[in-house]
Amino acid sequence: MTRQTFVERSFLARNPSVLWFILILAVFTLGVTVLSEAYGLAFISTSFVKTLGKTLCLCLVALAMDLIWGYAGILSLGHMAFFALGGYMLGMWLMYARTEEIVVAALAQGGLPATPEEISQGIAVQIFGVVGASEFPPIWYFAHSFWAQMALVVLVPGGLALAFGWLAFRSRVTGVYLSILTQAMTLALALYLFQNDSGLRGNNGLSGLQNLPGLGDVSQDDLSIWFFWASALALGLGYVLLAWLVSGKFGSVIRAIRDDEQRVRFLGYSVEGYKLFVFTLTAVIAAIAGALYYPQAGIINPAELAPIASIYLAVWVAIGGRGRLYGAVIGAAFVSLLSSWFTGGRAPSIPLGFYTINWVDWWLVLLGLSFVAVTLFAPKGIGGLFDLWQGRMAPDRKGAQLGPEDGSLQEKEALK
Amino acid sequence: MTALLEVSGVSVTFDGFRAINNLSFSIGAQELRAIIGPNGAGKTTFMDIVTGKTRPDKGSVTFGERSVSLLSLSEAEIARAGVGRKFQRPTVFEDQTVAENLTMALKAQRAPWRVLFWKEGPDDRARVQALAEEVGLADHLPRKSGELSHGQKQWLEIGMLLAQEPRLLLVDEPAAGMTLAEREHTTQLLVEMAKTRAVVVVEHDMEFVRRLNCKVTVLHEGAVLAEGSLDHVTKNQQVIEVYLGRG
Repeated sequence: MTRQTFVERSFLARNPSVLWFILILAVFTLGVTVLSEAYGLAFISTSFVKTLGKTLCLCLVALAMDLIWGYAGILSLGHMAFFALGGYMLGMWLMYARTEEIVVAALAQGGLPATPEEISQGIAVQIFGVVGASEFPPIWYFAHSFWAQMALVVLVPGGLALAFGWLAFRSRVTGVYLSILTQAMTLALALYLFQNDSGLRGNNGLSGLQNLPGLGDVSQDDLSIWFFWASALALGLGYVLLAWLVSGKFGSVIRAIRDDEQRVRFLGYSVEGYKLFVFTLTAVIAAIAGALYYPQAGIINPAELAPIASIYLAVWVAIGGRGRLYGAVIGAAFVSLLSSWFTGGRAPSIPLGFYTINWVDWWLVLLGLSFVAVTLFAPKGIGGLFDLWQGRMAPDRKGAQLGPEDGSLQEKEALK
Repeated sequence: MTALLEVSGVSVTFDGFRAINNLSFSIGAQELRAIIGPNGAGKTTFMDIVTGKTRPDKGSVTFGERSVSLLSLSEAEIARAGVGRKFQRPTVFEDQTVAENLTMALKAQRAPWRVLFWKEGPDDRARVQALAEEVGLADHLPRKSGELSHGQKQWLEIGMLLAQEPRLLLVDEPAAGMTLAEREHTTQLLVEMAKTRAVVVVEHDMEFVRRLNCKVTVLHEGAVLAEGSLDHVTKNQQVIEVYLGRG
């Protein structure tokens, strides 16, 4: 019998799906650019370019969800909190710098040059007038600095995930209890941010984020495609990073933790350390996705941290197929685009005579039913279709139990 | 011979039931030892204590030349210190290939950051290949371990334990569910392993214990009832009463 030999192969050769993914993403990005209003044939409206750009960000956060849930087996129902926090951190700078431009322009008309105090006061009144305050809360200390807020996009959600994860994993909270704990975390954060004195404008949230400071002359047509490119780049990089991460020994260990964490402990791996690492890393990825998403959405408010948002995230990944990265991307893109089609009032209502099915109301029911159906009948999700296709191409015959010692012919032929 | 593992005066109580009662036990650095005893004698609890899964109420457990106390270490730290454990039911990671299972168990840095940037070198590859040959799975390296037969999974787990290079190996009923030929192979392997490390075998099957031909410790109600050669302990009147006499 031939001995199994290891052949040195590059990362991409071992993971052909990465190349396919990058290729499809590149073609898609090019296609949208060519059809956009800014750089092409104007077949796709600017608002739809924004929708597509936002969808790419949702795909990125779904990748993070797939890593923590599909690979490490931790069903976190709080990752959209990190997504929203990332949006808030960048939003603070966007809003500050944009308001500063307006205030400076307004004060310049007064004749005398404005003092820094006047400018600062003016910005504070503009931003916080809506919640009855006229001074900057301490958390806006760095808001004037783009680089500081960019750092906070990573540091704040990352720090929160580190602290929360450390407490939860160290106490060995697992399974459904951990899920409930993460739901409580996102709910608590949302309730806190809803307060006017939270320093982030309460339920008004941050708005006008689509206007980039210093780029007032650039049209939204151009800006939308720039953000679309940035989102596509982030998704591509995120995909390659996570594909690399799960392909090696690290991926082995986290999948092993998912399947039997006690056994992994006896192998000498600190399970808690790995969980914390994955939890924090995915929180940071979610935050970066959020920082790219909200400038395209234009507005962020505490409703974005509602527990249901994180549950949707899990539903996307489940429908797309957890435990495989492209599954998460397909699920997020498919379900979120379908969702905006159904809830956008564009789906035709179905008249039944005695009752009319209005999709704006019934979409959630349909989504819920599909989630149950996928869980029961197709646990591999949409991604499972690729297995069917691959099975057709190259039948895997070595899989079956072939009986005692010598096995049957099928076994030998498969191993050669 | 100095002891590698020294358990002294250990007691543990579960909801008022005293599972381990003032148990003392020690084993040398290169020694094979069988632990026998009726159900509920505390065999599994004893293993749980040594591997850090259960914390005793009192007593001490020390390991190695520097007599490190295992009671303050986590399961993972104990495993890294050199204690390996084989469960009764084969527990391998069924969703992963035989090669991945062995690679994960290979003695190497265990910290997340180190593992992330770990790259398989020719030495590691050769080691995995050698281990697979030793346990008769060389032809199955690229297969998902969930596809293996029960006996092959047992072997894979033994291979993983060898890969960890533990100084002390705790083996829970290795012969369970094995064919006669596999038992013989297992016996040889355990005897071979005990030449370079300490091996503790918990076993029900007296025939298998006889094959091991080593010192035997009899547990009863959480304490050591007798210790010595198999012939010696089977002549012990107390042992006959509590354990063998019933058969």
